[in-house]
Amino acid sequence: MSFLEIRNLTATLSNGMPILRDVSLSVAAAEVRGLVGESGAGKSMIGKAILGILPRSVRITRGEIRLDGTDLLALPPAERRRRIGQSCALIPQDPLTALNPSRRVGPQITDRLVDILGWTRSNAEARARDLLAEVQIPEPERVMRSYPHELSGGMRQRILIASAFAAEPKLIVADEPTTALDVTVQKQILKLIAGMQARHGTALLFVTHDLGVVSKVCQRLSVLYAGMVVEDTDVRGFFSAPDHPYSRALLAATPVYTDPEASLTPVPEAVITAVRAEVAAADRRAGRG
Amino acid sequence: MIVLRALLSRLVMTAITLFGVAVIVFVTIRVVPGNPIAMMLPPGATPEDVANLTALYGLDKTIAEQFLIWGQGVLAGDFGTSITTRQPVLDLVLGRLPATLELSIMALVMAMLIGGVAALTGTRLRGTRTEGGIDIANGMALSVPDFLWGLILILLFGVLAPIFHISGRITPSLDLPFVTNFYLFESLLRLRFDLWADIVSHMFLPALALAIPLSAIIGQLLKQSLKETMHLDYITLARTKGYGENHIILREALRNAILPTLTLVGVQFTFLIGGTVIIERLFSYEGLGNMAIDAVINRDLPLIQGIVILFAVIFTGVNLIVDLTYALLNPRLRHA
Repeated sequence: MSFLEIRNLTATLSNGMPILRDVSLSVAAAEVRGLVGESGAGKSMIGKAILGILPRSVRITRGEIRLDGTDLLALPPAERRRRIGQSCALIPQDPLTALNPSRRVGPQITDRLVDILGWTRSNAEARARDLLAEVQIPEPERVMRSYPHELSGGMRQRILIASAFAAEPKLIVADEPTTALDVTVQKQILKLIAGMQARHGTALLFVTHDLGVVSKVCQRLSVLYAGMVVEDTDVRGFFSAPDHPYSRALLAATPVYTDPEASLTPVPEAVITAVRAEVAAADRRAGRG
Repeated sequence: MIVLRALLSRLVMTAITLFGVAVIVFVTIRVVPGNPIAMMLPPGATPEDVANLTALYGLDKTIAEQFLIWGQGVLAGDFGTSITTRQPVLDLVLGRLPATLELSIMALVMAMLIGGVAALTGTRLRGTRTEGGIDIANGMALSVPDFLWGLILILLFGVLAPIFHISGRITPSLDLPFVTNFYLFESLLRLRFDLWADIVSHMFLPALALAIPLSAIIGQLLKQSLKETMHLDYITLARTKGYGENHIILREALRNAILPTLTLVGVQFTFLIGGTVIIERLFSYEGLGNMAIDAVINRDLPLIQGIVILFAVIFTGVNLIVDLTYALLNPRLRHA
C-alpha cells in the first residue's frame, strides 16, 4: 500500500470552474513521483490539497486523500492539521519569501518539533544543528541565530530543506523548489534534495514544469493537463516511449541546452485540441457538461 | 557608531524644529489683537499706568529684542513668569505636564487595546459577518471626532448612567499624600488602590473619548496588514507544520503586520495629544491643555510660549521613540 493515495480528487473554484478533474495518483514510501504540466495545469494545487493549504476560493468537491490509509478529507480540521504537521512537509518554491523575516532561523526549524511533536527545546536544537550540517551549511550555530535577510537565497533554500526533513516526515511535497533559484545553485539544490530523500527514505512528490529535473530525480511521473492526469508512468518508460500524444509533444518541446541556437518547439495545435477534447469528454462523463 | 551619529543628527533636527516653533509662536501671539496689559489693569487706569506695566513686562521693546531676552532666559532654564499667576512658567507647566501625560498614555493604551482586539478578531473571523460588523463599528468610531465622543460619553456614563466621574482629575475632598503630580502612577506605587480607583474613574471617559477615533484607525490598518500578511508564503509554510489559525496570527503574522501600524500610531499619538486641549476643557481635567486655553484667554504670553514649546518637545520625543521601537521590532533596520 502506498503511503499517499489520492483517489478521484476533484476541486473547483468558487465560481464552479473545475481545476482538478478526477485526479488519482499514489506515492509509495521512499518513492519520488514527479508531477509535471504547464502552468495552470493544477500541479501545485494537488500539493496544496495534500497539505491542507488550498486557497479559500478552491473547494474540494469529491475524492479522497489517504495518508497511510486515513482519508484526510474525512477528518475534522484540527485533527487533519495535526496529522499533516506530523507526517508531511513542504519544500516551498521561493526561499526569499518562505521564511518569516522577523524570526530567527533556528526557531523556524525547531518550532514544529517542540510545539507539534513535543520534543524538548535542546533536543530540537541539536536536531536542527545536525540537519543544517547535513545540508552543508557552515557554522550551523551562527546561522540558527541569524535572521533570514542576513542569508543568501541558496542558504535559505538549504535551511528550508533542512526544516522540511526536521520531523522525519513520511512525505515531502517539493513545490518547484529550484524555480526561483539561480541556475548555478539549482543543480546543487536538486542534488541535495535527492540525496536527503534517499538517506531519509522519504516519499517525495516533486512538482515541476522541468522535465530535465524529473529525469534526474524521479522514479514515477504524472503528467497533468487542465487538472486532469493524462499520463501516469514510470520515468524510464516516459522518456523512452511516452504513451500520450500530449506527453510526447511536451517532451519534444523541452529545450536542448547544448544548442543555444536551436529554436523552441511549441506543443502542436492539433495535440492541444485533442487533449482539450479529452478533458471535455471527461467533464461530460462526470456530468458537468 | 552609526546609531550614535543617527541620534546626533536627530537631536540637531529637533533643536532646529523647536527653534522654528518658538519663533512662530512668539511672533504670532504678539501680532494678533488682544493686549495682556489692558486685561490686567482696573478700569480707569491712566496711560502712564499702561506704559509702566508694559515696560515692566518688556512689551515696549521690538519683537526681536523681546525674543532675544526670552531666548537667553530659556537657554538658562528660565521660561519667564506667568502674567496672570505671577509664578514661574516652568513650574506651572511642569506641574500640569504629568496630568496630560497620564491622560494621553492611558488613551493610547486604550486605543491600542481596542484597536488590537478589533483587528485580531476581524482577521480571525475574516469573511464572516463579525468582520463586517467590526468594519462598520470602525467607520462609526472614525467619523465622529474626539470631543463629540466626549459629549456622548458624558451623556451616557455621566448623566444617564452615572458610572464614572465627568469632571476634574480626582475627588477634591480626598486626602492626597502625593509628592509628584503623576497621581495615577504614584497612587499605584503607594498601593493606595482607593485613590487609584478614584483617579481612573475620573480619567476613564476623557481617555476613552481620545482613544475611540485612534482605536478605529489602529484597528483598520492593523487588520488590513494582517490580512495581507496571511497570504504570504511563510504563513502557508507555518500552516503545513500543523499550527492552528490563532497561533499563526499571533506568532507568525502579528510581528510583521504591526510595523506600518506602529508608524501610524506615532503620528496619530501626537494628534491625540493635541486633542487633549479640547477634551481636558470638556472634562475640566487639570492638565496642560486646559491651562493652554486659560493662558490664551488671558493673553498670558510667557505661559502660552512655555506650553507650546513643551508640546513641541513632547511631539518630537514621541517621534523619536517610535523610530527606536520600529528599529527594535524590525531586524532588517537594526544595522541601517
